[in-house]
Amino acid sequence: MNGIEQSPLDWVYEFASGPLVWIAIIGFLGGGLYKLVTMAQLAKQEKIVFPTMSAKHGAQSVLHWIIPFANRNTRMRPAFTIVSFSFHLCLLITPLFVMGHAVLWQQSRWAISWWSLPSGLVDVMTLVVVFACLFFAIRRLAAPEVRNVTDWTDYALVLLVASPFLTGFIARMQWLPSKVMLTLHIICGALWLLAIPFTRLSHMFWFVFTRAFMGSESGKVRSAKDW
Amino acid sequence: MADRDDEKIVDPGIDDVIEKLEPKQIEQAVLRVLHEESAARLKIYLETCVHCGLCSDSCQSYLSRGKDPDFAPVAKVKDTIWEMVKRKGKVDGPFLKRAARIAFIECGACRRCSMYCPFGIDIAYLIMVVRRICNLLGIVPQYLQDTTNSHSVTMNQMWVQQDEWIDTLIWQEEEARDEVADARIPLDKEGAEIMYSVIAPEPKILAQLLGNISQIMTVAKMDWTMPSTDGWDNSNMAMYSGDFEVMGRVERLHWDCALNLKVKKIVMGECGHAFRGAVYDGPKWLGWSKPPIPMVHAVEFYYDLLKSGRIKIKNKIEEPVTIQDPCNIIRGRGLHHKLRWVVNEICADFRDVEPRYEHNYCCQAGGGLINCGPRWKVARMKSNKVKAEQFADTGARTIITPCHNCHSGIEDIIGYYKLGMHVAFISELLVKAMERPEA
Repeated sequence: MNGIEQSPLDWVYEFASGPLVWIAIIGFLGGGLYKLVTMAQLAKQEKIVFPTMSAKHGAQSVLHWIIPFANRNTRMRPAFTIVSFSFHLCLLITPLFVMGHAVLWQQSRWAISWWSLPSGLVDVMTLVVVFACLFFAIRRLAAPEVRNVTDWTDYALVLLVASPFLTGFIARMQWLPSKVMLTLHIICGALWLLAIPFTRLSHMFWFVFTRAFMGSESGKVRSAKDW
Repeated sequence: MADRDDEKIVDPGIDDVIEKLEPKQIEQAVLRVLHEESAARLKIYLETCVHCGLCSDSCQSYLSRGKDPDFAPVAKVKDTIWEMVKRKGKVDGPFLKRAARIAFIECGACRRCSMYCPFGIDIAYLIMVVRRICNLLGIVPQYLQDTTNSHSVTMNQMWVQQDEWIDTLIWQEEEARDEVADARIPLDKEGAEIMYSVIAPEPKILAQLLGNISQIMTVAKMDWTMPSTDGWDNSNMAMYSGDFEVMGRVERLHWDCALNLKVKKIVMGECGHAFRGAVYDGPKWLGWSKPPIPMVHAVEFYYDLLKSGRIKIKNKIEEPVTIQDPCNIIRGRGLHHKLRWVVNEICADFRDVEPRYEHNYCCQAGGGLINCGPRWKVARMKSNKVKAEQFADTGARTIITPCHNCHSGIEDIIGYYKLGMHVAFISELLVKAMERPEA
């Protein structure tokens, strides 16, 4: 071993940046696939689910709900709509196009050159995610109708989603020892990915299906709009 | 913060039944519905809900009760099915009493909240799952259960016997002849183009509506009939009490009745949930992809009659009118534009409501709520203050309600909130306004 002692931190860092990342990616994709397949089987059992589906009406409904202010509810609460849409947009785009991740792709054995966004913009997007999470947490406390249906798992999920962004931002700013922060960042990111298929974060997968089903039922079967 | 007065209400159909239940029975019923009668929708809906509360402002009971969080749709799900799933069916009597009150009294399954949930979760479906569980345990508000019993015995909602039914039709045919000389109600006419369907409250308490349709059909020269035998009523309260077996029987007999008469289509009178039962819930339960012959709702039918000139308007109704958009034919069929067109044809001064169309507030009477009986009336009224305000804002005198549940529920609201308005079915205004041959 070259005579250099590996510190526990080195060991954790190496585990996190190697096997853990693979576990997370496989867990995320495999878990997602498993969920989709089992749900499709359950949906077949219900007999009415697949015959109800309509590509046209499903797509109409999805479009009206992924475009801000294209439905009555998002128009009724503009502040929440802006926060929520910015949050989801930044949440999905930032990890894919941050410079630090692009460099990793470049340095990997496949030497993939990947797009990246200007770092100033990414900083802002990261902070949008973090502050939106703070907003969601405060809203859970402040709005009685939300507090009433909130338990500790809701806060845990908000924290889980915010954590890779917060740790990533601190690491980039080098406010704290960078190796510690990077390790934490990778662990948080891996946990976040792993949690998606198995927690309420799975709405990432289900959104399209639940929305399309309601849109199909409303449009194809009932000749009405659901937005 | 649930309403203390509501909690004190004793309903033998709920309280007496719960007293006799064993924990094992409860668990079995819950697990049967969770595992054997439901699958992907229930599971995905429960997994997807992120507890965001964005459905709250869609519910008339939440808005009417000073935004009491316990009345938000998501809270109604939390206090019922979430707990049943979490506790794997091991729930107790007090829990079930509350769950039954929520599912049968505080939610009309109008599906407005589904249009406010970003994921399109069908919250009304989740509430119907709760009703189904209650039903399997025999927990159903007494008055509502009585309507289901009536369906089971007589195949109509209000214990109407066949002789009473035929007698009422003949009586109303005579009444119609005072207005239109050759008015008829043709019984069991095989091969007629239309079978006209009504619900039991018509012969029982609103018989003049049968006379109205006789006038309208005669003036429009329609080839129509009504059955003299069971199968004429598809109001189907069993659909709302969670007794899907009886619901299936009622719907099957209704369609069989039309098929035996070899009619080309059914025209459904001014009733929303009967339409829903016949076109959606019944066929779904029976495993049919769609009804065997078409059914059109009265609103569509009147639209066709007026548009084609079969009925002409002579004297438009002058006093200001407004509309109740019934959930089962607006969110359930998209008839809002046709409804407005019809109303504008018949009435000179139409004042629209806000919110309208698919976004209209529920009447808090349909979905079986009004059928839960007088002991729950005040609770219903407290849950629909927004409806009273919505109508008061229009400045209209008459509220046109092309649905029996909306009609009765809004009549209650008018009285309770002293709105000084009155309700009317379209047919009541149409017979006054239409041109008819001299009697």
